[in-house]
Amino acid sequence: MNMIQAINSAMDVMMERDSSVVVMGEDVGYFGGVFRATAGLQDKYGKERVFDTPITECGIVGVAIGMGAYGLRPVPEIQFADYIYPALDQLVSEAARLRYRSAGEFIAPLTVRSPFGGGIFGGQTHSQSPEGIFTHVSGLKTVIPATPYDAKGLLIACIEDNDPVIFFEPKRIYNGPFDGKYDSPAKNWGSHPGGEVPTGYYRIPLGKAAVVREGEALTILCYGTMVHVVANTVAEAGVDAEIIDLRTLMPLDVDTIVESVKKTGRCMIVHEATRTQGFGAELAAVVQERCFYHLEAPIERVTGFDTPYPHSLEWAYFPGPVRIGQALKKILKD
Amino acid sequence: MPAAPQRSNLPKLSLHVPEPKFRPGDEVDFSDVDVPAAGSASRPDSAADPAEFHQLAYTLVRVLGDDGQAVGPWDPRLDPDTLRIMLRNMALTRAFDERMFRAQRQGKTSFYMKSTGEEAVAVAAAMALAQDDMCFPSYRQQGILITRGYPLIEMMNQIYSNKGDKLQGKQLPIMYSDREKGFFSISGNLATQYPQAVGWAMASAAKGDSRIAATWCGEGSTAEGDFHSACTFAAVYRAPVILNVVNNQWAISSFSGFAGAEATTFAARAIGYGIAGLRIDGNDPLAVYAATQWAAERARTNQGPTLIEHFTYRAEGHSTSDDPSAYRSAQEATAWPLGDPVKRLKEHLIALGEWDEERHAAQDLELAEMVRKTQKEAEKNGILGHGMHQKFETMFEGVYEEMPWHLKEQMQQMLDEEAAAGRPGPKR
Ligand SMILES: Cc1ncc(C[n+]2csc(CCOP(=O)(O)OP(=O)(O)O)c2C)c(N)n1
Repeated sequence: MNMIQAINSAMDVMMERDSSVVVMGEDVGYFGGVFRATAGLQDKYGKERVFDTPITECGIVGVAIGMGAYGLRPVPEIQFADYIYPALDQLVSEAARLRYRSAGEFIAPLTVRSPFGGGIFGGQTHSQSPEGIFTHVSGLKTVIPATPYDAKGLLIACIEDNDPVIFFEPKRIYNGPFDGKYDSPAKNWGSHPGGEVPTGYYRIPLGKAAVVREGEALTILCYGTMVHVVANTVAEAGVDAEIIDLRTLMPLDVDTIVESVKKTGRCMIVHEATRTQGFGAELAAVVQERCFYHLEAPIERVTGFDTPYPHSLEWAYFPGPVRIGQALKKILKD
Repeated sequence: MPAAPQRSNLPKLSLHVPEPKFRPGDEVDFSDVDVPAAGSASRPDSAADPAEFHQLAYTLVRVLGDDGQAVGPWDPRLDPDTLRIMLRNMALTRAFDERMFRAQRQGKTSFYMKSTGEEAVAVAAAMALAQDDMCFPSYRQQGILITRGYPLIEMMNQIYSNKGDKLQGKQLPIMYSDREKGFFSISGNLATQYPQAVGWAMASAAKGDSRIAATWCGEGSTAEGDFHSACTFAAVYRAPVILNVVNNQWAISSFSGFAGAEATTFAARAIGYGIAGLRIDGNDPLAVYAATQWAAERARTNQGPTLIEHFTYRAEGHSTSDDPSAYRSAQEATAWPLGDPVKRLKEHLIALGEWDEERHAAQDLELAEMVRKTQKEAEKNGILGHGMHQKFETMFEGVYEEMPWHLKEQMQQMLDEEAAAGRPGPKR
């Protein structure tokens, strides 16, 4: 399966198992979503469980919260993460706080799915990585898969979770892993082990990172598309890096990170999102606090620049093989 | 800023910034407020097409006339016992407000908001709904909880954030929540409850349930984007929901003109969405009851949503943090042409020969005494500021269903710091 199919399968499995699961969003119903992630679901489960919505993100999330209060388990889609901002108030002030402010009387068991990230010439409003906004909000969980297998298992876990979850889907790797080489032919998931996806139910626990490559020279923390870019760059550079795919950003799998950095003594953080107060800053702080006496070099961050996402200069902006390669040389120097 | 180019052949534009009619010290004259005669508004079938509501969105549905008689097609024809219960609930809401306002002034809590003059909007509506219909209120419909028999002591415990507070001191006073009474957790963020109510109603419809939802916001809050989203969703899916706009003329210091009232009514907003819209006398408990009952029937028969503008007046300050004499004429509340809802219902019952001034005075005394006694009970659980009433750990509980490691760590850090400083936490 590719990642779209895996995500579709996760919703299918959950809708089959639990009649309280409903899917909603712009173009998700009859049409099956602009990325086809919800294709076939309305046919199978009916319009009362899979429906198109008006174009109002604040409404989509607000309505989903009300449905959650009723006892449903909504899976709203925000067409692009770049368009999640109109829903911020409902996410930050409502979904995230509902359990807390009502001392558990009301909950918001939503999973907000949204394609995110760049590398597709999406320009300023189809490329953003706003995860840092959500990891900052207490009460929200933030999950980002890097393979179809993880996407399905994690999405099922999100839907079953009783807390509100932001599920960001790296759209650059919907159809195949991306090594950062934008001018080489596209790959598909067929030849990647992460593309093998069981058709039935399985879940991957939230809050658990995956070590995608074991190594001794340094630890690289990444997620989403960057997992593949990093893996390929490391392989080509012949560096014995330990690559950790965080998978869940909040709550973070601190143990896996700390254990690895204590072993390697070096830590590099890679994300597409802009640098200043990006999630990498939190990661760097966590590593600094817990691994200070094991660090042999300053923590290195390779991220998007602090600019809006540009269109024509995308491949200079993107933290791809060139920039990661330079950072590897720097961090391994002494 | 560079000066705009002057083109002498065109008139200069000017910006209209609304200004209320009366400011502090002004003589108040409400004679231009159009108050149609009680009984004059038509009452369409509850299945009528939304397009038929143009007229009802601009008039005022009124049942109680100046003579205290109930007249016209909207008269809900309630029996005297029901009317007495309604009066009692409204009077109790007022007595509760008085007492809690005073408690704030005495420093027993940090904050309070009264609903004086707006009791009908909550009480009469709650009485017209079924007990299990779901309410998504703003902070000024405490009358719903009182009508639904939620214990006053629970409300007070919440206001005091004391050890009896079921919300564990996590919420600002009056931001109640009670799932059992169908009263959704109140948020400080205005209008967010509007799409949530619509979503609840949509879920109820999708599940083939028979329960409906009702929500309330102030006229000031209708300017929020959530209001628009909610109306759009409600209309698109014909959600079984009642959208109440409590037009009490003021949003803190801003008069309703800043929400668009100079140009049209709030009920008229419904027309553009294709929602049935009613504009009613919000100080007429029978009109509130009748309109709610009508809208509930409409919702329950799958005819879709209704938007009800309750035309009323915020008789007192916005909150205990507000001094209305700084921005409006002190005469406004008494000059308000629609009077006082408690007084009007009282006069109606007297006109029916089912009540009298003596019984009313006795009831007021009884209610005040009951509230006072309950307050004493509540204060045994503590008042705000007299120590921390919740076990320290509760601060970290309920952020998530299960406490993640980082909150456990922060909690332990706090407990260690508190212990090192010699501050033992309260026992739960
Ligand atoms: C999103 C948001 N903006 C601003 C505020 C601050 N605020 C609290 S109440 C209020 C006025 C609301 O007026 P209205 O909706 O007319 O209701 P009323 O207080 O008259 O019942 C304002 C501006 C808030 N709580 N939430």
